[in-house]
Amino acid sequence: MSVKIGIPRALLYYHYFPACEAFFKTLGAEVVLSGETTKSILDRGVRAAVDEACLPVKLFLGHLADLTDKGVDYIFVPRVISVERKKFLCPKFLGLPEIAHFGLPGLPEMLETEINVDKSYEKTLRNIRRLASSFNWRPWVVRRALREARLAQEMYESKLRRGLTPQDILSGNSTPPGPAKVRIAVLSHAYNLNDPFISMNLVAKLRQFGAQVVTAEMVRPQDILRGAACLEKDIFWTFSKELMGAAFHLLDEGNIDGLVLVASFGCGPDSLTCELVERVYKRDGKIPVMLLTLDEHTGEAGVVTRLEAFCDMLHWRRAI
Amino acid sequence: MKITYPHMGSLSRAMYGLLTGLGLEVVPPPPITKRTINLGVQHSPEFACFPLKVNMGNFIEALEAGADTIIMAGGTGPCRFGYYAQVQREILHDLGFDFKMIVLEPPQGHLNLLLDSLKELTIKDGWPGLMRELLLTWKKIKAMDRLQARSLYIRSRELEKGSATRACERALAMVDDARTTAEVDRMLGLGMAELNAVACDHGRDCLRIGLVGEIYMLLEPYANLYVEKVLGEMGVEVERSIHISDWIREHLVLNSLPLKGSCKIKKAAAPYLNHFVGGHGWESVGETVLYARHGFDGVIHILPFTCTPEIVAQSILPAVSEEHGIPVISFSLDEQSGEAGFITRIEAFIDLLKQRRLTRTAAGR
Repeated sequence: MSVKIGIPRALLYYHYFPACEAFFKTLGAEVVLSGETTKSILDRGVRAAVDEACLPVKLFLGHLADLTDKGVDYIFVPRVISVERKKFLCPKFLGLPEIAHFGLPGLPEMLETEINVDKSYEKTLRNIRRLASSFNWRPWVVRRALREARLAQEMYESKLRRGLTPQDILSGNSTPPGPAKVRIAVLSHAYNLNDPFISMNLVAKLRQFGAQVVTAEMVRPQDILRGAACLEKDIFWTFSKELMGAAFHLLDEGNIDGLVLVASFGCGPDSLTCELVERVYKRDGKIPVMLLTLDEHTGEAGVVTRLEAFCDMLHWRRAI
Repeated sequence: MKITYPHMGSLSRAMYGLLTGLGLEVVPPPPITKRTINLGVQHSPEFACFPLKVNMGNFIEALEAGADTIIMAGGTGPCRFGYYAQVQREILHDLGFDFKMIVLEPPQGHLNLLLDSLKELTIKDGWPGLMRELLLTWKKIKAMDRLQARSLYIRSRELEKGSATRACERALAMVDDARTTAEVDRMLGLGMAELNAVACDHGRDCLRIGLVGEIYMLLEPYANLYVEKVLGEMGVEVERSIHISDWIREHLVLNSLPLKGSCKIKKAAAPYLNHFVGGHGWESVGETVLYARHGFDGVIHILPFTCTPEIVAQSILPAVSEEHGIPVISFSLDEQSGEAGFITRIEAFIDLLKQRRLTRTAAGR
């Protein structure tokens, strides 16, 4: 029987799941995903985490608990420090294995591969190879696993640029929605926006209200870089760079009707980046901005009302 | 050019001395008051951490007082502090202030960038003058750190409440006025004598508590609700894990070199957290282990609300506390923290520690 590797449906799932899945499958392991987020998964996470931890971390712990119930042999919780030179992920990713370990005693063994491209790409690659060879000693299978992972990730990212959100693709929806009357950019950490429970299906709701949704994943990397280049100091968080780069690029291009920023309560990077984005948009004065802050207490009705009002306003602006 | 800088404990004293010593015109930020905090909170992002908000209040008040240049430190992440200056500059510009911001970025392997940003200041005697003043300030900071560390011991044993605090103030002012490095040494000696002259009960058996956490919150007494004074006057001997001289060594000078002191902390933290998590999260865990080993009665962990690196530490500290048998309490503070509630919690914690010590000595007998 093949080993079962659990991958939580949270945090980096929305960025790198296709690569992880291809990688472990090629190595001959079975990949088990935690269930879709439910109230009970979130509650378990909230109980395991420190009160002040941010919503995505609480949710992550909830999904780990869910995986434990599914009887997996290992859980994949890499320590992802940096995925490009001179840029980091948020500090919570640096201590994620520890948060998991001390928050939830009795977890299956965690695979804590360290990913730190800023320090050394070669060392990161070595770490991944070592992880691979602990599952399959044949070097050619390891090489194939790396190749398959890269291919899967490239496929995934090219699909994202065609107007699909990570949630669309990961849930098997492959037809991009056509153009609509208004075009709204929704910028957020992918793990907040793409979890239907956490974001309360924000993207689907906006589409329902007659909007075409643009997310940071749909903006080409070179455009993100160009957008972020107007910052006086290079931003040192990868995801914030994507958010700000996309925001400034879309502002330059000028073909969106509105911007919705989605942040989770107490998110460190968002507290600064959303502030800067909001200020730049307001100075420009052409595109309306709304900031939605989510936490485990957010009431759906309030969010729906605000989204409706925002969309109505955008439709009216179009009409005049 | 009228220069200002943010408050951070006794660092602001040293900054004032340094900048005036360089022949620059300085507008020191007014002391932190309720108004400073209100101004800062009003104009900062809601979820930004507390130090950013206090800085903002300092800047606004100093700009109102006529400053036109702000000196601020930078950073390279992943802690938010590295991006403070960028956000603060935009906010202050939107508020209509006209000023220049000089951000001192930590040297990453070479000093050029730091020296370039210093070039923007017109300095009296050129580079030799700058070097001389930097050396003098460095000595002063180290002297002030030693005086403060001593005052923590004296305060817990003083006979008249407040006498240690007053003596410490006098001693700090003496060091502050020194103009040469030799004078700093002499004043340090006199300051120590001043502190030692405070009437004390040296035989008092005091509880010993270690303070760990985020550096700004530990160093700025207004931000930590004067925790050292509160504890000291309850008869608790406090030891603070971070001093300004450490911070300067780490962030502005020897960023890339491994240091003996911090290696020890990292080794102590290794069984729980073997990785840098930004800010001082790693150190908080390591210092707690060290305090436990050194026989302290308890540890107080102070963090600004929403500080991610310290939240990582906070998730780990219960395990450290359990395995090493040392009580740990975390205080997450911001503009909402009320003093009364804070003191009640501290008192309860102290009661617990006293009780614990009593049962232990009884069991030992």
